[in-house]
Order: sequence, then C-alpha cells, then structure tokens
Amino acid sequence: MAPVKVFGPAMSTNVARVLVCLEEVGAEYEVVNIDFQAKEHKSPEHLARNPFGQIPAFQDGDVVLFESRAISKYVLRKFKSPKADLLREGNLKEAAMVDVWTEVEAHQYNPALSPVVYECLINPAMRGIPTDQVVVEESLEKLRKVLEVYEARLAKHAYLAGDFLSFADLNHFPYTFYFMATPHASLFDSYPHVKAWWERLMARPSMKKLGATMAPKP
Amino acid sequence: MAPLKLYGMVLSPNVVRVATVLNEKGLDFEIVDVDLRTGAHKQPDFLALNPFGQIPALEDGDEVVYESRAINRYIATKYKSSGADLVPTTPSAKMEVWLEVESHHFHPNASPLVFQLLVKPILGSTPDPEVVDKHATQLAKVLDVYEAHLAKNKYLAGDEFTLADANHMAYLLFLSKTPKASLINERPHVKAWWEDIAARPAFKKTIAAIPLPPPPSA
Repeated sequence: MAPVKVFGPAMSTNVARVLVCLEEVGAEYEVVNIDFQAKEHKSPEHLARNPFGQIPAFQDGDVVLFESRAISKYVLRKFKSPKADLLREGNLKEAAMVDVWTEVEAHQYNPALSPVVYECLINPAMRGIPTDQVVVEESLEKLRKVLEVYEARLAKHAYLAGDFLSFADLNHFPYTFYFMATPHASLFDSYPHVKAWWERLMARPSMKKLGATMAPKP
Repeated sequence: MAPLKLYGMVLSPNVVRVATVLNEKGLDFEIVDVDLRTGAHKQPDFLALNPFGQIPALEDGDEVVYESRAINRYIATKYKSSGADLVPTTPSAKMEVWLEVESHHFHPNASPLVFQLLVKPILGSTPDPEVVDKHATQLAKVLDVYEAHLAKNKYLAGDEFTLADANHMAYLLFLSKTPKASLINERPHVKAWWEDIAARPAFKKTIAAIPLPPPPSA
C-alpha cells in the first residue's frame, strides 16, 4: 500500500491533528510541505485539493480530501484495528460520546483556547503582531469555565468519551500542545484531573514523536 | 417507546437543526421548553443534561446527547432504517468533508448574520452594520465554493441527500428570511439546491412548527 499524503507543514495545528491519528493507527504517511510564504496554498494545484485554500489536504490514491476532522475520520476508519478503534462505530452509545466530545472540542474548547495560542505564539512569532492582552484575558476566562466542565467529566472517566482513548481526546492534542508553550500553561494546574489526562496523552508515543517536531524553536 | 425529548426553544436555529433530522426520520418527539430569557439553560436540571448550558439537548430513554451535530449523527445512525436514510452504509468521506465545511465555514458566518439580522430586532436592538458586512463578505466567498461544488454535485455528498445537506437547512431557512438571502439567490446552483431541499415534505413539517417572526421592515 502506498503511503497516504498529507499536504501542509507538520508543525501546523490542523495538520498535526491528522498526523496524530495516522500515528495512533500506525499508518504509513508522507507529509508534503505547502509553502505559505510563496502562497502555494492559493495555487491552482492546491485549490484543486482544498477549494478553501487551507491546510491540511489529503490524498490516498484517488481519494482527495480536506477538513482535518473529515480526513482524520477517513484515516481512523480505513486503518481501524483491534488495537486502534478510535471512533467506536460498532457501539452506538460509545460512538455518540466520541461525537459529543469531538463537537465540544470544536465548539467549546478550541474557541476558548486557540485565541491564547494565536495571541501569545503565532501572532508575535509568525506575523510580527504583538499580543493583545485583552483577547488573552477574555479567552482565559472562557477557558476556565470550559475546564470546569472537563474537570467534572475527567473525574469520572479516564478519557473524554469514557474509559477508552478516542478521536475526541486526539482532537485536543495540537492546540493544547501549543497552549502549553504559552505563559498560561499553569492554568491547567487548577484542574488536576484535566492535567492528569493531558499528561497521560502526552506520554503516548504518537504525541511524544509529533511534539518533538512541533516544539517551538527558541 | 417513550417519545424523544428535544430540549430547547422552538425558534432556536440549533434546535431546528435537530428537529429537521427528527422529521426526516419520521420520529415522534416533543420539544421541552428551555427558555434562555429566564436563564433556564444555566439551571442545575438542564446542566445535568448539557454541562455547557446550551440548547439543544436530546433525551432518548436513558441516553442524553448534546451538541446539535452530534445529536443529528446519533439520530441518523440509531434510526437509520426509519424515514430518509441520511448516513450511507459505506461511510462517505465526501459527506464527512461537507459536514465539516458546514461546521467551520458556513456556520461561523451564517450564525452571526442570523443573530444580527433576525434575533437582535426580536430582542429590541439593531444590527451592527460592521459585523453584518464582515460576515456577509466571508459567507459570499464560502458560498462561491459551494456554487462550484453544486455545479458538479446534486447534493453535497453526491447524488443522494444526506446529513451534510440536512445540517445546513435550519440556518439556510433563517438566512432566507433576511436581506442577505441574496447571497443564496445570486448563486444559481446554491439557490437550486436550497429550493430542492426546502421542498422536502419533512422540512415543510419542520417549518410549520416554528413561530417565525414577520420579516423585518426594509
């Protein structure tokens, strides 16, 4: 089987979302860089893969996909094994909980946490824009409320969808990894079950491996 | 079998998102009012259903699901053999892509437009022209991608109506009641797609149950 292709820089959060799924299922893959400086993401060749001109895009033979969560589901279904069943589609209740917490990441967690990553890391380092502290403070306030809910959930279960690792947990990896590189990482100390869950995730070979390539350079 | 209970307000687009799918499946359900104006969504009995304090939530016997898109997938999967079949038996990567496009491109622009142009007048305040312009401009670019896609595909996932189309219908309905309906009507394939799916008998039933306000004065 030819390795699947993921288009976009490996450091990019939404590319890493797909890569962590590929690592967890043990699939062979190739990362094909897309040069943003050269506006490659707006080239006709890339727009044919992703009409929104964003990364990641994905190719597996004739199958060309975009949207990181859709790509990830494709990967998790195709390479599902007894050791790696991260969608639980054979069990309605479990699959429903995976879906709920996947939507929670997209619509509750990420909107609260990602602005801190953009303001503290991405804007200063990559766009030369200084941190907007007002945005940071508002986001941290929202994030505290979200983490209270996560704390209650993770006090009852080892992982978000239940007592099994799933796509719901993996979805949290890329942005949380970068959040931990901001000055606000210690926020998680106030939520011991959340912190323990994060450390459990980061101990996984997939996340250690990807984390090493993603680590912001000094 | 106890009827399904959908918690929320009948006028809420995210509640209508779920009602759309319940009606496509021909399922009996009751809407249990959770009045946002009285803060009912932040009361302990509702937080027991959705700890994030948002509508809708769905109660199906012992099962409770929240996040409207997770609820819809749960209904479409569990009740697959009832009414219209919204999720193909062989998973469709294309359907997954367009489910995500709704969530991350269409919704973030359609939702603020509906809030500014429909909800605020009901609450007695006026639309913010800058917010309206920003999201109308962005939604126009998004719908250009839809236009190109629907020129080659009858429905978002291909030949068949699926969950990807169904998830758009609530916000398309509310958007069509605003001056920004032009965004849909100016794009012939988007317009034809909307008119086709809006004519579905199950959707007529959904619309009939919504106490839509009279159109705002021009």
